[in-house]
Amino acid sequence: MNLQKFRNIAGNYIFIIPAFLLFFTFSLYPFFKVFQLSVTDWDGISPYMNYVGLENFKDLFMDNTVFWFSMKNAFFVTFLALVVQNFLALFLAILCDREIKGGNVYRVIFYLPPVLSGIVVGLIWNWIYDGNYGLLNHFLTFIGLGDFARSWLSDPKSALIAVSVIHMWKGFGWGFVILLAGLQSIPRDLYEAARVDGASSWIVFKKITAPLMIPVFILVSILTILGTMQLFDIIIATTGGGPGYHTEVPMTRMLASMIGNSKFGYASAMGVVFGLILLIISMIQIRVSKMMRQV
Amino acid sequence: MSLNPVEFEDKLQVNYEKIKKGTVSVFVHIFLIAVSLSCLFPLWWAFASSLKTQQTIFNDLSLFPKAPHWENYVEAWTKADFGMYFSNSLIYTVTVVIGVILIASMAAYAFSRLQFPGKNVLFLILISTMMVPIPGSIIPLYVLLNKLHLVNTRLGYILPQINAGLALGIFLLKTFFDDLPKELEDSARIDGCGRFRVYWHIALPLARPAIAVLAIFNILAVWNEYLLAMLVLNSKNLMPLQRGLMVFQGAHVTQYPLLMAGIVITVLPVLVVYLMLQKHIIKGITAGAVKG
Repeated sequence: MNLQKFRNIAGNYIFIIPAFLLFFTFSLYPFFKVFQLSVTDWDGISPYMNYVGLENFKDLFMDNTVFWFSMKNAFFVTFLALVVQNFLALFLAILCDREIKGGNVYRVIFYLPPVLSGIVVGLIWNWIYDGNYGLLNHFLTFIGLGDFARSWLSDPKSALIAVSVIHMWKGFGWGFVILLAGLQSIPRDLYEAARVDGASSWIVFKKITAPLMIPVFILVSILTILGTMQLFDIIIATTGGGPGYHTEVPMTRMLASMIGNSKFGYASAMGVVFGLILLIISMIQIRVSKMMRQV
Repeated sequence: MSLNPVEFEDKLQVNYEKIKKGTVSVFVHIFLIAVSLSCLFPLWWAFASSLKTQQTIFNDLSLFPKAPHWENYVEAWTKADFGMYFSNSLIYTVTVVIGVILIASMAAYAFSRLQFPGKNVLFLILISTMMVPIPGSIIPLYVLLNKLHLVNTRLGYILPQINAGLALGIFLLKTFFDDLPKELEDSARIDGCGRFRVYWHIALPLARPAIAVLAIFNILAVWNEYLLAMLVLNSKNLMPLQRGLMVFQGAHVTQYPLLMAGIVITVLPVLVVYLMLQKHIIKGITAGAVKG
């Protein structure tokens, strides 16, 4: 009887063994290992690694201005994405949240850039932004603004903004789809009741739509922040971090110090710090959202 | 035909409302169409550019090239190796998607239907990794693959990606199994079917809608993956399309017609899958968002 029971449970475990074998090897082990590597000076090849304590972190916080500059760049793009991209997404979602002809066609088109890869999107825009023969410069010359033509991605003044535009072009359709789904989950009779009471569109938005949408707003902004801070593919396909360090982001710095300089320990410390910053941001957001819900 | 003043005023009011609504909706459509064009235009520009030649591409701004050079695609497919990259991408996508579906559905079935010690804890650990951002763990992952001699092998590129799809897959499928009625499975068990046969012959076929959503997400994720391919694969004959595009661009910076042809080759399957299955895709993201 006991053997029977044991065999039964063992048989049940077989169902989850493949999943957890992969999960422990490729998710959990690297997750803990990164902390261990971050306190060593390992170069990725040598059989020995020296324990250096918090040396890597000290250097990162005290001396690595480029890393913090890359963090600032990521925050800049994130800020633009939060404001410009999400407001565009919300505006479009509000326009489509009504009896509108071809609403589904718009949705299919807006969600097209998000299903493309960062590499493809980056390379296409690279060609559009090209300093000598890019479409954008041709267009500016055509409308008489030729003076503004420049090598958009290699001019320090425009590179980061140009990259942000690509990122937002790729991202707004995603925000649009989620926000539209949120808007459509609001019961219609709420709107009708407000209209009967003579409320204007703005009042309806302020008193009904916005409060009900807060959870969706929070979700979209957390995912926007996490996604944008970890920007990588678009940068690699366009500027590679240049000119100078003007479009460096934490991911490119981390990988450069890992692959480029063989400083695996140091790169791990960057990864830990960067991961903690992301964690803190999302915790703040969740906290704020809870406070707002109570109000 | 005469109307009394009250009726007349009412009618005027209705007409006014109608016209106002009509005007607004014209402006709304103009704006939406403008945004749509800005989404589609870069893609069309890439396509148009792929049909020009190295000589004409820099000054020929036509959106419909008069003499389309379709032979660019032949050259991209053969000489620029995009055919090889394409079949690699296909291999990776198919293997990862099948792997994720099999492994995730088995685990999800166990979490939903079977009893074993540590069930809740294991599920919690699995799900919590979906929430915590760990950009740095790519470094030890690479080190691990190196130790296992999986760097620059197909397996080394496939296994981590199967793993990457598991958490979401198990979560999605468990939710689906939880909502399924148990009667069918119970009666099969009474008829003497083992739990594996119940899972394979009854639960899995019923989960087809959820599996479709899972498949689409993983197809897109694997087809578009770049970072892992950059770290793990050095040999050209193992590279998927995204990596191939970067290698081509690195070697031939200004060969835009061929690069654009490579981009079109990369995008076309995504486009087909997306247009065929867009309803499931949009249902999938919105369901996740509204629930989460």
